[in-house]
Amino acid sequence: MEFEEIIDISPYSLEKEDKKKILTKRLVELTIYHKEHCDEYKRILESIGYNSCIVTSYKELPFLPVRLFKELSLKSVPQEKIVKTMTSSGTSGQAVSKIFLDKKTSSNQQKAMVKIVSDFTGSSRMPMIIIDCPSVVKDRAMFSARGAGILGFSIFGTRKMYALDDDMRLDVEGLKEFLNKFQGQKILLFGFTFMIWQHFYKELRQLKKEGITFDLSNGILIHGGGWKKLVNESVSPKEFHNCLKDMCGLDKIHDYYGMVEQTGCIYMQCECGHLHASIFSDVITRRPTDFSECDFGERGIIQVVSTIPESYPGHSLITEDEGIILGEDDCPCGRKGKYFKIIGRLKNAEIRGCSDTYAAKYK
Amino acid sequence: MQRLGGVVILMQQSINKKVLDNISYLVGSAETIEGMSKVAAKEPFDESVVDFLSNVSKRLMRSSEAQVYPDIITLGFWMRKTSIIKLRDRFSCDDSNLHLGRGIVLHIAPSNVPVNYAYSLVSGLLTGNANIVRIPSKDFPQVEIINRAIKETLEEFVEMKAYICLVRYDRDQKVNDFLSAIADVRIIWGGDATIEEIRKSPLSSRAGEVTFADRYSLAVIDSDKYIEIENKAKVAEDFYNDTYLTDQNACTSPRIVVWTGSCITKAKDLFWIHLHEVVLKKYTFQPIQGINKITSAYLMAVHADKVKIKQNGDNLIVRVQITEIIDDLMDMKDNSGYFFEYDCHEILELYNLCNDKKCQTIGYIGDKDMFIPLIKSGIKGIDRIVPVGQTMDFDLIWDGYNLSERLTRTISIL
Repeated sequence: MEFEEIIDISPYSLEKEDKKKILTKRLVELTIYHKEHCDEYKRILESIGYNSCIVTSYKELPFLPVRLFKELSLKSVPQEKIVKTMTSSGTSGQAVSKIFLDKKTSSNQQKAMVKIVSDFTGSSRMPMIIIDCPSVVKDRAMFSARGAGILGFSIFGTRKMYALDDDMRLDVEGLKEFLNKFQGQKILLFGFTFMIWQHFYKELRQLKKEGITFDLSNGILIHGGGWKKLVNESVSPKEFHNCLKDMCGLDKIHDYYGMVEQTGCIYMQCECGHLHASIFSDVITRRPTDFSECDFGERGIIQVVSTIPESYPGHSLITEDEGIILGEDDCPCGRKGKYFKIIGRLKNAEIRGCSDTYAAKYK
Repeated sequence: MQRLGGVVILMQQSINKKVLDNISYLVGSAETIEGMSKVAAKEPFDESVVDFLSNVSKRLMRSSEAQVYPDIITLGFWMRKTSIIKLRDRFSCDDSNLHLGRGIVLHIAPSNVPVNYAYSLVSGLLTGNANIVRIPSKDFPQVEIINRAIKETLEEFVEMKAYICLVRYDRDQKVNDFLSAIADVRIIWGGDATIEEIRKSPLSSRAGEVTFADRYSLAVIDSDKYIEIENKAKVAEDFYNDTYLTDQNACTSPRIVVWTGSCITKAKDLFWIHLHEVVLKKYTFQPIQGINKITSAYLMAVHADKVKIKQNGDNLIVRVQITEIIDDLMDMKDNSGYFFEYDCHEILELYNLCNDKKCQTIGYIGDKDMFIPLIKSGIKGIDRIVPVGQTMDFDLIWDGYNLSERLTRTISIL
């Protein structure tokens, strides 16, 4: 089964049985494909005695821990076919994931993303404000997660502006000009959750005290990257939304969940506040002790599957995030498929034993 | 000149005073440390020390709080008068020489094992020394219970106060420098990085050092002997204590289980099923551990040939079966219930694994004589060979060092 057979289906249109058939067929084939084309992947499948003949559902397929992409260079195409290498946004010193993309996988990522996002923004492109600095996307051959997100979403923009300069300061004049120029039009805003809060919202709040205000009630904001830093600042998603609404009238706000290991298949938050799986991918929550599938409403470790990856064996991954599946096919927003929420990153293990905590702590 | 010297000494003292202020004292005080160089060394197993320890032991064994901590009870048991007397019988030298403690022992205890510091302290006391012990920075309840028992006992054995100072301090080279300079022996527990850190502080020229570096250990099980054992649940408990009790992350914890004998397959099945029952009952599993272990297992599958990964239906035990002991096997190790497993036909197949200086303990089931050819082949590793269940049992011979010798002076009298 080719990805082209899936891409033309409306992304939130299938009931679970139909979706299961498509996902199972495509993902079993991808498993076989990667086993044949990626030696490391083959060794892993052999070590666990994987047998594709007995698989009846994509839920039974093996999954790779996302951390493997930090330790290994996993690819299923020859090096000369690689057009892009994406990396996760690790803090300095930490290992970063390396995701190798060929033309086809990269293009399919973009196609899937257009389908998914259009379902929320409408199909026409619009003026776009990127709440980040331009330098993030400079090196086109080596994309960070932040850069990849920005470039991925840029296809929805007609005219684009970066709202922050390279010192992360708000370009007040530029913003004024941009909003004047496109007055009355629907405007797309995109950025990372924490940056929006830190460098956009807080700046607007300051400007308001000086009597400078902006009207973004025509705007639609898409943001991702997680809540960890905002949780530390005790800012809830609700507060985030309310504050932005109060400050600049922005009311259409969509969080999304996604990762560089499965770019394209993002999980957008609907009007009811739920993250949604499209037909291009799925989420499964698993119990930590045995990786059995959780019930709906039960907290578990997030597994993600995607029908896109052909250039690297990343079609079935176990993340280090925890979440809860809230339901399937019956979200009040009308979209089919699973809807869920993310709780956050799993805690690092606290390990006893006579190791090097003294030195490590102060490194 | 003399006056100038006096000024220098005064300055030195005020610097010392400042350094000592950076330390928090759990037992003893800055004065204890300042007075230590004048404290008389004792003969090993001096009666005052034996009585003191036996009194601490009684308090621990009696304490209702201590009952929930098996590690405290084990310590209390080890410090009883009868077991100390046994140690004395084993370690007193019946020569014409005299033996005395070396003076001041500085102990840098591991920060994430609650009771090790106490074993280290007791070793220092039994060998006749005054002791400064840097205890775990983490607030373990065990530390508080043990320290309280020591303090209470010290009120009855006032003379012993000069021999014990238990401290905490953050990374502070000045404190390390100061304490190292006055130490006659420095004992560093903990990994290579800690040792490297502490070694930046010089010792005086006559001082000695005992370092417990990063080590790994293994278990060797004779399948025929294992099958014969009736109480397999007890074996599982023992093995659990060797491994999961410290998240399989102590230097003594087996990282690999080596099978010998003629019924390996059957023995393996039984062994892991019994262990699984104990782990299920006792181990506090942390959600990330399953992910960590399969990540390590998959990395191993990529790194080595013909790897098979086995789990008992869940993530509590991850076994990585290997057909060859590769040279960098221990770089691929993990903890919290992650075991390499190897079928061994000839004990010398373990040569490379045990020829590494980092290789410490063999926990065994079967006949210990089977290791003699391995040891006699001249390997650089292996310092202990003990039955499964006893890998953590502390002794004055530990990690290849005879502490009763390392912490004393021998005065030859001809």
